[in-house]
Amino acid sequence: MLPPAALLLADTRLPAGGHAHSQGLEAAAAAGEVHDLPSLRAYTLGRLWTTGLTTAAMAAATLRACSAEGGADWAGLDAEAGARIASPVLRDVSRRLGRQLLRAATAAWPDPVLDGLAAALPGGAHHPVALGAAGAAAGLDDHAVAVCAGYLSVTEATGAAVRLLGLDPYGVARLVAGLLDEVEAAADEAAAPRALADLPCPSSPRLDAGAQDHATWEVRLFAS
Amino acid sequence: MHRDAEHPTPLGRNPGPVRVGIGGPVGSGKTALVAALCRTLGAEIPLGVVTNDIYTTEDADFLHRQAILPPARIRAVATGCCPHTAIRDDIAANLDAVEELVRAEPSIQLVLVESGGDNLTATFSRALADLQIFVIDVAGGDKVPRKGGPGVTSSDLLVINKTDLAPLVGADLGVMDRDARARRGDRPTLFTSLRDDPGATAVADWLRARLPAVAVGS
Repeated sequence: MLPPAALLLADTRLPAGGHAHSQGLEAAAAAGEVHDLPSLRAYTLGRLWTTGLTTAAMAAATLRACSAEGGADWAGLDAEAGARIASPVLRDVSRRLGRQLLRAATAAWPDPVLDGLAAALPGGAHHPVALGAAGAAAGLDDHAVAVCAGYLSVTEATGAAVRLLGLDPYGVARLVAGLLDEVEAAADEAAAPRALADLPCPSSPRLDAGAQDHATWEVRLFAS
Repeated sequence: MHRDAEHPTPLGRNPGPVRVGIGGPVGSGKTALVAALCRTLGAEIPLGVVTNDIYTTEDADFLHRQAILPPARIRAVATGCCPHTAIRDDIAANLDAVEELVRAEPSIQLVLVESGGDNLTATFSRALADLQIFVIDVAGGDKVPRKGGPGVTSSDLLVINKTDLAPLVGADLGVMDRDARARRGDRPTLFTSLRDDPGATAVADWLRARLPAVAVGS
């Protein structure tokens, strides 16, 4: 059972800064790769099983590490998360969004785990690490936080598509509903306990290259 | 900075420098007002600026070009298709930018947060802005104050800009003044022409008076 706290953590209205980021959708739309519901579905599915899975696995591993004796090795987790993001632009975005999520999570679920993370990494943690710590503070288990990560990977991109492309919001709701089994399956894969070095870390060169290019545009609506 | 209990409206709620939100429709003169305030107040009060451009870093670039502030005192925030969200519903990126300004220049006592051009429903979260200035212009039509909206009705200061254009666009300043009073009660409204007064003297005076504990001129 997914606890109610997961609904808040996975809510794109949680003020954690995600609204300003398109999850690469703006770059993909400009390249003509996403222009309607079927292409949005393909894009979103690709994101979910690459960077979405990587994020979910890292968040789940972080959550497990929070209950380790002596507390989590924040610097180690952060280094693992950073090593899984090939694009320098997206590494910067990840740290920024991690910092912003930590602020929102600390407001929602004040917890020594979050204080410990903030103290250990004053410049901000990578987003998957912040997400795992927020999940721990919210009382979730590793699978629930992986579901949140996968769900956000989908909805932040589809939300951007509604705003950017004017796609039918009912059609997008149907699209998201149709992907929930995939979100569950990705969370199952992500939450399987493994050593940090063995966590799944598929990436998408297309998303990495798109993010690098997007950051150079003079005119853009989203931060990434 | 000392926060004065005798100035209860929202000043003093947020930690760190005083943050002043500047909102209003596209083209009403927000960036010009920010530049004017930087010119007039910048020598008295250590200040910084956060811009929320919709598409580009144009507003930040404009301020850079004017060379009114050192580049480290200006931050641009991207708003993801929705400038309104970034100043009201999810202020994370703006709070980040304010923190970055203060980290880079700890002496900063005043931060002007300029919203991207929006509509009359735009309003700043009180968790982001201690004070709000809403800027409209006479060329947008003299009916705007009557139409209301949170910016017109509840901002701490309503600025009606481009009064020099009033005769050219057939705007009746008397009507705007009357409607603004009706909508805003005791809250102040100032008429400006930044073309005639590039220092925005009246707005700067209003703001200075709201920052009584800032060591003016020291």
